[in-house]
Amino acid sequence: MTTDAVPATATGTLTHRRLPRYAPAVTLALSAAVGAGLSAAVGFSVPAFVVGALLAYMATITIAAGVVEGRRKAVDRLVTSLVYAAFGIALVPLTSVVWSVLANGLPRFGAEFLTTSLRNVTGLHDQQAAEGLAPYIGGAYHAVLGTFLITALATLISVPVGLLASIYLVEYGRGRLARAITFFVDVMTGIPSIVAGLFAAALFGVLFGVGTRNGFAGAVALSVLMIPVVVRSSEEMLRIVPNELREAAYALGIPKWRAVVRVVLPTAISGIASGITLAIARVVGETAPLIVTAGFTSSINNNPFADWMMSLPAYVYSQAMRPLSGSTPEPSLDRAWAAALTLVIIVMALNLVARLVARLFAPKNSR
Amino acid sequence: MPAHANRIDVGDLNVYYGSFKAVEDVSMVIEPGSVTAFIGPSGCGKSTFIRTLNRMHEVVPGARVEGKVLLDGEDLYGADVDPVVVRRQIGMVFQRPNPFPTMSIRDNVLAGIKLNGARIRRSESDEIVEQSLRGANLWTEVKDRLDKPGSGLSGGQQQRLCIARAIAVQPDVLLMDEPCSALDPISTLAIEDLISELKKNYTIVIVTHNMQQASRVSDRTAFFNIEGTGKPGRLVEMDDTAKIFTNPSVQATEDYVSGRFG
Amino acid sequence: MTITTTDVQTPPNASSTPAKNRAGDRNFSWATRGAGMLILVVLAGVAAFLLLESLPALSADPADIEGGEGFFAYVWPLVFGTLAAALIALIVATPLALGIALFISHYAPRRLSQGLGYVVDLLAAIPSVVYGLWGIQWLAPNVRGAWQWLADHLGFVPLFTGPASATGRTLMTAGLVLAVMILPIITAIAREVFLQTPALHQEAALALGATRWEMIRMTVLPFGRPGLISGVMLGLGRALGETMAVAMVLSTGGFTWSMVTSGNSTIAAEIALDFPESAGLKTNTLIAAGLVLFVITLAVNMAARRVVTRRQAFSGAN
Repeated sequence: MTTDAVPATATGTLTHRRLPRYAPAVTLALSAAVGAGLSAAVGFSVPAFVVGALLAYMATITIAAGVVEGRRKAVDRLVTSLVYAAFGIALVPLTSVVWSVLANGLPRFGAEFLTTSLRNVTGLHDQQAAEGLAPYIGGAYHAVLGTFLITALATLISVPVGLLASIYLVEYGRGRLARAITFFVDVMTGIPSIVAGLFAAALFGVLFGVGTRNGFAGAVALSVLMIPVVVRSSEEMLRIVPNELREAAYALGIPKWRAVVRVVLPTAISGIASGITLAIARVVGETAPLIVTAGFTSSINNNPFADWMMSLPAYVYSQAMRPLSGSTPEPSLDRAWAAALTLVIIVMALNLVARLVARLFAPKNSR
Repeated sequence: MPAHANRIDVGDLNVYYGSFKAVEDVSMVIEPGSVTAFIGPSGCGKSTFIRTLNRMHEVVPGARVEGKVLLDGEDLYGADVDPVVVRRQIGMVFQRPNPFPTMSIRDNVLAGIKLNGARIRRSESDEIVEQSLRGANLWTEVKDRLDKPGSGLSGGQQQRLCIARAIAVQPDVLLMDEPCSALDPISTLAIEDLISELKKNYTIVIVTHNMQQASRVSDRTAFFNIEGTGKPGRLVEMDDTAKIFTNPSVQATEDYVSGRFG
Repeated sequence: MTITTTDVQTPPNASSTPAKNRAGDRNFSWATRGAGMLILVVLAGVAAFLLLESLPALSADPADIEGGEGFFAYVWPLVFGTLAAALIALIVATPLALGIALFISHYAPRRLSQGLGYVVDLLAAIPSVVYGLWGIQWLAPNVRGAWQWLADHLGFVPLFTGPASATGRTLMTAGLVLAVMILPIITAIAREVFLQTPALHQEAALALGATRWEMIRMTVLPFGRPGLISGVMLGLGRALGETMAVAMVLSTGGFTWSMVTSGNSTIAAEIALDFPESAGLKTNTLIAAGLVLFVITLAVNMAARRVVTRRQAFSGAN
């Protein structure tokens, strides 16, 4: 009796009615057809087709699962399709951004673009170029140079201040001052970039006369944005240096500051360097603060302490919004895209460097 | 080298973490050239106490002491005493081996000298490295890879490297806070052999959980105990190791060394 | 005090003078403390300068302010535009970010998810001016039709009143660009906290016979909620303060309820567009508007901080 029952109940309780494995694929194909039909009814367009197919798929798979597998499985399948859909929808704009930058930026991008400035290039040149009478001219050398100078200055200001402040927080800071710094560093990370720009503009206006704009003012504005990033990433890295190393150093009779400089900092240096690189990558693309502090120009300016200075983001902005030739904006737009591509390449390279630095120079703790 | 300037007198020492009293009323004498073991159950304050002997407890915020610790009559807690200089004379080895991960074996040994900003000739530093590593019984194992990172060694080798690092600055006293608790039996044996070598030149204080170890390596043993959680740790008795393990004068000590509690 | 050379030659026991050590320690700790205080000074400076420079606008004769009705009449439509654009961005981005984060942490194959995480981080790093350029060149023409449809069919709702913009450069479009911009930010944080859900909890849920979604609802979402909220708040702060995307995409103008027609502006965009050519009282007015923006973002960030207290510093001391 019992021996008979065992195999029967075993299959009866542990298996459950399930949709076949190919069900989602088949449903998807059918939904695509339905979507095509639906979108055709309202006048065919790609978005309408996708939306129609998606809705059809979700409805079908949920109902089918509800009938065959039960309510819980149906909810699970619905959420799964929602998650996949969210991912798919988000891919559209994000790939489109990358694609636009590449497709529109590459034609004008190149050595000539990076080595010439916009000085004496006028709308007339652009019109002739658009009509095929003259070559496309005008590059972004002055903007690349300006971005480099301003970012370098901002880094020079931010890294010492940020690194020292993070050392204070981790190694020395106790009590109210440390808490205040931690709190306000958090507040500073939330300062809108345009406000940082206004601060620098107002500061330089007070110190050097109203309307003062130069690369250094831009660097000060970027520093306001960069310091909190450096503080927080360095703080994080210093905190994960084991206390045992500090104690080992103190026990050797080493003064605290040397222990910090020679033992703690070298141990954390890869993480700190990587954090600083990411901070640079963040500010290198800042536009708004530079528009109000460093201004625009079409000429090469080597001196960040005098006269207006162009930067890559400001170049993109001005070429896109104020083309050289109002009637034929295309050459200017091409330049904007090429500059945007340059900017993206710089940012990506910095991110890559940060990752490599973090990986290559990490202390080898394993045997 | 002078190896005698190193008698430690502790008088009525209390240790606090903030308002919490961790160790109460400890007085003891640590004789020059001896090995003294601190034993006792977990949390009885022996690690806290050993750290007050070279002011390492100050690294923990809020920690402070009352009382006196005299090194050859000079109070470690005197007004003008620099803890940095104290630690140069009283070295310490920790529970877990902690070589500096960014430095080679050679640089680890020299860390105490170099990080103080002293500049020394290559020949001189070579000599210090060899002496210290020989002193730590590690020379033959690492002499061919002095420029490799110290973290590449085995746990026992790392701990001996840390001992070499500590003796490279030529301290008078060497404090060891459970130096073998993270090591396997073979490495432990190597460290114990080393301790009996080192006691020729240094005064050694060792905290240990392992009573066999205390009886093997030490001349004097101090038993610490705690009455209950939240109560401060106290020194119950201190005597020659042989006496503590065969015929202690306090019942609690006998209970502990015979394994009845702890 | 003066012995140095003799000391150096006998390095063992070279107890370099205590005074020297203390001086080094003191200088270094003061340098670090000074850097910390400098940060406080800078922040105080930001607040002080904004306040100082905006006072003329706040105290000026209302007729002299742009619009002729005083500063608050000038600034409130900008505040409205700022909040509206940020809200649109948040409504669009949050569910999508949640979906992508879950996809990366719990649905995608392990290999793929690592690469995707990396891609998301890179997208978060793309400068805003690039998103602005993309918004004006690609997105605006592509969504024009949708706004037209909304105006035609849902025009009775004040938010969708026609006529729809012929260029597509509306507050709705600007909000979408902002959504795309903050999507990687929210996703990155959400993914991070989702991945930190203790495996034990998840296995416990699965061992009770939960489906994947039930497991996520029982363990991952409750565990990740504070992180998710802070990510959303961070995105909101970014959307509120974001300048370029709006300045480039939106065809600015006076206040209107409709989100699908030209008009409206945000504080940040107004500053970026007008500040370079401003002078006198107009400059002060713009700085005062910047102060308002500062206060708004500050409030949002403080609220976010209250939700998520920062991780406590861990200590390895015994």
